[in-house]
Amino acid sequence: MTNEFWSFIFGRLTWDVLPLHEPIVVITFIVVAIGGLTVLGALTYFKLWGYLWKEWFTSVDHKKIGIMYMVLGIIMLLRGFADALMMRLQQAIAFNGYEGYLNAHHYDQLFSVHGVIMIFFVAMPLITGFMNYVVPLQIGARDVSFPFLNNFSFWMTAGGAVLVMISLFIGEFAQTGWLAFPPLSGIEHSPASGVDYYIWALQVAGVGTTLSGVNLIATIIKMRAPGMSLMKMPVFTWTSLCTNVLIVASFPILTAVLTLLALDRYVGTNFFTADFGGSPMMYINLIWIWGHPEVYILILPCFGIFSEVASTFSGKRLFGYTSMVYATVVITVLSYLVWLHHFFTMGSGASVNSFFGITTMIISIPTGAKIFNWLFTMYKGRIRFELPMMWLIAFMLTFTIGGMTGVLLAVPPADFVLHNSLFLVAHFHNVIIGGVLFGIFAGINYWWPKAFGYKLNTYWGKISFWLWNVGFWLAFGPLYVLGLMGVTRRLRTFDDPSLQIWFIIAGIGALVIAGGIAAMLVQFAVSILGKNKEWDTTGDPWNGRTLEWATSSPPPQYNFAFTPIIHDNDAWADMKTRHAQRPTKDFMEIHMPCNTGTGIVLAGLSVVLGFALIWYMWWLAILSFVALIGAAIIHTFNYDRDYYIPVEAVAEVEDTRTRLLSGAR
Amino acid sequence: MSASTSHDTLAHGTHAHPNPDAHGDGHDHGTRRTYLIGFALSVILTAIPFWLVMADVISDTMIATIVIMGFGVVQIFVHMVYFLHMNTKSEGGWTMMAAIFTIIVIVIALSGSLWVMFHLNTNMMPGHIMNPADLI
Repeated sequence: MTNEFWSFIFGRLTWDVLPLHEPIVVITFIVVAIGGLTVLGALTYFKLWGYLWKEWFTSVDHKKIGIMYMVLGIIMLLRGFADALMMRLQQAIAFNGYEGYLNAHHYDQLFSVHGVIMIFFVAMPLITGFMNYVVPLQIGARDVSFPFLNNFSFWMTAGGAVLVMISLFIGEFAQTGWLAFPPLSGIEHSPASGVDYYIWALQVAGVGTTLSGVNLIATIIKMRAPGMSLMKMPVFTWTSLCTNVLIVASFPILTAVLTLLALDRYVGTNFFTADFGGSPMMYINLIWIWGHPEVYILILPCFGIFSEVASTFSGKRLFGYTSMVYATVVITVLSYLVWLHHFFTMGSGASVNSFFGITTMIISIPTGAKIFNWLFTMYKGRIRFELPMMWLIAFMLTFTIGGMTGVLLAVPPADFVLHNSLFLVAHFHNVIIGGVLFGIFAGINYWWPKAFGYKLNTYWGKISFWLWNVGFWLAFGPLYVLGLMGVTRRLRTFDDPSLQIWFIIAGIGALVIAGGIAAMLVQFAVSILGKNKEWDTTGDPWNGRTLEWATSSPPPQYNFAFTPIIHDNDAWADMKTRHAQRPTKDFMEIHMPCNTGTGIVLAGLSVVLGFALIWYMWWLAILSFVALIGAAIIHTFNYDRDYYIPVEAVAEVEDTRTRLLSGAR
Repeated sequence: MSASTSHDTLAHGTHAHPNPDAHGDGHDHGTRRTYLIGFALSVILTAIPFWLVMADVISDTMIATIVIMGFGVVQIFVHMVYFLHMNTKSEGGWTMMAAIFTIIVIVIALSGSLWVMFHLNTNMMPGHIMNPADLI
């Protein structure tokens, strides 16, 4: 066979692109391969494939999709955190002329992939998982508006994650930082497959994120239980609504920018090149118009989680519900007016910089209002220091400091000193770990009993909590110091030996966080496998206030046998004070959507399409694109989409719950 | 709803009561008359810019561009009203709300980008080379 034939079949994919010369990657591959084969073998041995396919992969149940998002997020957290540990180790030892153990090619990929994974494939799936699981329950709905679309969205997100993972072993990932600024990300400076993996992984995942946003907006607007006006919605649902509005309004910008970058790289256009009329600065401008709303997309649902936790564990109605809602809406709009603070130093001048500096400072006002609302909710409350409440307190302390360093960075002259320094790195980890991750951990501990019917182990939860908090400050406190001393981000080696001690402390901090993650995994394992489970037979283990606690734990497939009627915000607390009786007879059959494998097929084809485009296998790209369109059209001819749960089945489930409830009393 | 309803809309149908914000106002599907008005307006609004360019009516390119952009904006609104059936009442006012939010975001993004890029261009690209021949 000729070379031309092989390059037609495999494009630019050759044996040379496999990272066989990188012992670290080879060892990782061997470990991952052994681990992966063990899991696959175990699934086959225990005959779990059919179960997984029927009950999970093809499921259109928002609760199962929500849990799958969470699993995806936690698996990717392990990958992203492994990258962080490697960077910390490199920076702790690469002093005095020693090159460390990572070469520049590998190190540059590490910091890029760490950022991409942590934002797109950890934080996004985790918050989407919560919104999927909780929102329909909180508004008294049976599912989201478009159940199939929900399944498809999940698999597209997972497909993007698969492409990023493939880049570890076949070819390379971008060495451009997490936002891939041109001209570095242009074809001239990054000719290899890395940036293409970046582009197509984000494009595939972006489809999922956008569609999931559309879905949840429609759900919240159209499917609220009767009586639940907008100002009676739980705060988590409110923040979810605003987050999804942000998603739908901002992700198309990311899609468009990445498409233009792809055109520059694939067909030689000059949108973002340095000459021929192109402007790399335009890319930076556009991607931050998406990028800034993105950070509010991540934090708003966590504000919602904290609001639920604050009022539940203080045994009080949330203080300042209305101001909380308006603060959320104001943040939603203001988040579009601050993007330039990410590039004060690019040279737009005093007038532009001062405008965006001031808008950035203004956005801290509604955020500060929220902090006071949570504090006043706790004031004179009967506070129970359960795990979610502990995470709330830790969040308020950590996030406030992160917010203050943010306001400091919002002052343009200060930013000229701190831009791209480790101070900035410490700031955004301070708000993303201290805000988003702590919120997610609060949410996991809070809603786990709802999802699985038993509480998480408190002992290991507390160990995880303390390790995370101590580890966070050990890891990022030194970065604030280093940043103030002028150390820039993304450096691989250092000349000044006096800096080393700070990097060693930061490395120890990362190890403590590793302990926190390990303790969390132990917490899950002990809770799932342990014999002495704290079963929740009531469906309301925390004396909750919102509707999700009105149904059983875990909720039946149809969530509510009868659609609840809402009279007040904190609907479930209101029902409890009125001693509302749960209906125990006259059940009706329930109309439900059927499972479908189309979502996983479409996402699989999208991954193949992305892979083909990355490696210039044009025939495969065309084939998979046609197959993708074809499969979508074929799905429209599938009329077998719904079924009814018979009355007897509903009555059986509900009677079991009645027995459990009477036993519990 | 027939048995073959796509489950995409099914969950809504399972509610005994529609939600309070959405009572008594479904979609406005338009009539033949509104579609024809929309079509006629679209044709006119497309034909005028064509004529402006083909017949070289406005000599100043800058003014011509602005005029054509103006017709484009009007055209967008014609489509929204006559083809997307947007008004202040449909879906309980939500389509209007969505449109207003979209317009705000687009205006912020476009005018902001123009403002920012104008300053960046002036400050950072002195003697900015548009023609590759000038490089030599």
